[in-house]
Amino acid sequence: MAKYVVSSSPHITSKNTTQRIMLDVIIALLPATIAAFLIYGLYPIFIMVLSVGSAVLAEWLFNLITKRQQSIKDLSAIVTGMILALNLPPVVPFYVPMVGAFFAIIIVKMLFGGIGRNFANPAITARIFLVLCWAGVMTNFVKPIDLSNGMNLFSYFENIVNIHLPDAITSATPLAAIKDAIAANSNPAAGLNALDMFLGRIGGSAGEVSALAVLIGALYLLIKRVIDWKIPVIFIGSTVVFTAIFFAKSEYVGEYIWTYLLSGGLLFGACFMATDYATSPKGLLAVCIYGIGLGFLTVVFRKFGSMNGGVSFAILLMNIVTPLLEKITPRIFGVKSKWVTNCQKIKGLFQKIGKKKSEEKEAQNG
Amino acid sequence: MKGQFLSSKMDIVKNGIISSNPTFRLVLGMCPTLAVTTSAFNGLGMGLAATLVLICSNALVSLLRKVIPDKVRIPAYVLIIATFVTMLEMLLKKFVPTLYSALGIYLPLIVVNCIILARAEAFASMNKVGDSILDGLGMGLGFTLALTLIGFVRELLGAGTIFKGSLGSAEFGLTLGNLPSYSLGIFVLPAGGFLTLGIIMAIINYIGQKNKEKREKEEREKLHKILEAAHSNEFSDGENNTNEEEVRA
Repeated sequence: MAKYVVSSSPHITSKNTTQRIMLDVIIALLPATIAAFLIYGLYPIFIMVLSVGSAVLAEWLFNLITKRQQSIKDLSAIVTGMILALNLPPVVPFYVPMVGAFFAIIIVKMLFGGIGRNFANPAITARIFLVLCWAGVMTNFVKPIDLSNGMNLFSYFENIVNIHLPDAITSATPLAAIKDAIAANSNPAAGLNALDMFLGRIGGSAGEVSALAVLIGALYLLIKRVIDWKIPVIFIGSTVVFTAIFFAKSEYVGEYIWTYLLSGGLLFGACFMATDYATSPKGLLAVCIYGIGLGFLTVVFRKFGSMNGGVSFAILLMNIVTPLLEKITPRIFGVKSKWVTNCQKIKGLFQKIGKKKSEEKEAQNG
Repeated sequence: MKGQFLSSKMDIVKNGIISSNPTFRLVLGMCPTLAVTTSAFNGLGMGLAATLVLICSNALVSLLRKVIPDKVRIPAYVLIIATFVTMLEMLLKKFVPTLYSALGIYLPLIVVNCIILARAEAFASMNKVGDSILDGLGMGLGFTLALTLIGFVRELLGAGTIFKGSLGSAEFGLTLGNLPSYSLGIFVLPAGGFLTLGIIMAIINYIGQKNKEKREKEEREKLHKILEAAHSNEFSDGENNTNEEEVRA
């Protein structure tokens, strides 16, 4: 009998702590980090160190200045720093990740009350902030390191303060190529190689280029049950569907679908950023609307937007809509839904009016 | 007596600048606040333009407050404000064309600026001319100060310059070395306006809260001291009271 503890709800508890979940996310981000290292050398790792360091420092300083309990031990600042670094182009000036991390932690997270109270994913908001601040820097993507003459780990370090990267080392991303193809009405997959895109030997943001690495990380999170399969699957599925709808008239629908699927931050965003606990809805219907909205906006931004990518903007927008979606909650057991109570209220009102009228009639007759 | 009179007049002006600052405290007139404050010069220009209209319209509304029928007061106010705005627009177009083009559509939109309408409705229609003019001056200066501050921050962060602008053929302002090439472009965009406004407002609220807490603490201490003194002096009185009550019961 001693096994049973008499207490008030909740009765089902989990051993998961914030720290444990964040550690799982960090582990899941490692494949993408390693991929970035293999493709671009040490520079993206250096950026990641700066980003994580600034994020942790920002949270520590904020707590210190506002006299709050230190919260850096929950590892969430490290996750934000890592996701931000993986969202940046592989070669950016050193101050970019620092400004981004401070913005993400202080403005987006801490000012709104810290972990779990942020209105949007800090890393994605910081990325958009940086894109709007330094559009040139944030759209300069370097080529993967040429492996034919050996691996030079320290390539790109000469660009540590360069705002304008030399043309010789930059490359167009697949998304830019697709955008050109839309304008020229040509085959979007003409210059693209599916295997290169899957492994990540293309230009793009550090952590997003390798679909393989992202999928390995996502698989880990799914197995550990840190994330639910619904949001990524609905997001990616609806992106495919909406690509098919929007490009139905084009003769290259198939090419558009697979290039869109493997390019930009779609897989990374769907697995690591759209699934953020604090900024994604919970109920099944809400999750469906959230995922479909993400897919729809991504395709709309990619096809019609002035920028090449659309995933980050889609995620930010749907993050902001999330509180509204949260209102679509399952009915509480034993509580009548608002719809029913409202109907009853209206019914009661009509009955009252009817009663009054009949009383009046009676009074007149009497 | 004279000093009291002066200080009460000063309070009207101070009220508009600090304790009920139209931008940071009343949160009125957000449209021009966010739209034209891309630089300190634009903010200052917009603020001064609004101040001028505010003073004139407050004065006229106050003068006509007993003539205007209650039912049609809003159209009457709008008509008065629109008159001054049109005059101002023509003046700016003639003498400061750069500011005129920078303010764009927001200049004629002063007509429907909530601050001006709100002051006409809430203050000028119930107060004497002198006070109304002072209120217009205070509110206008508060608005100007707020807009200039927001514009200054946005310009510094977003463009790397300080108070850059031109009046006629004279150019002024400071460009901070190599800063423009590193500037945070988002601050000149509308999103940056919201960010700046939010952060400045948070800081002002924080200071206000701190001051209030300090004042309350001081008052509490004062009250505590008085009570303590009263308690030690009039302990016997208290006993008498209870006795009386017992007798009554």
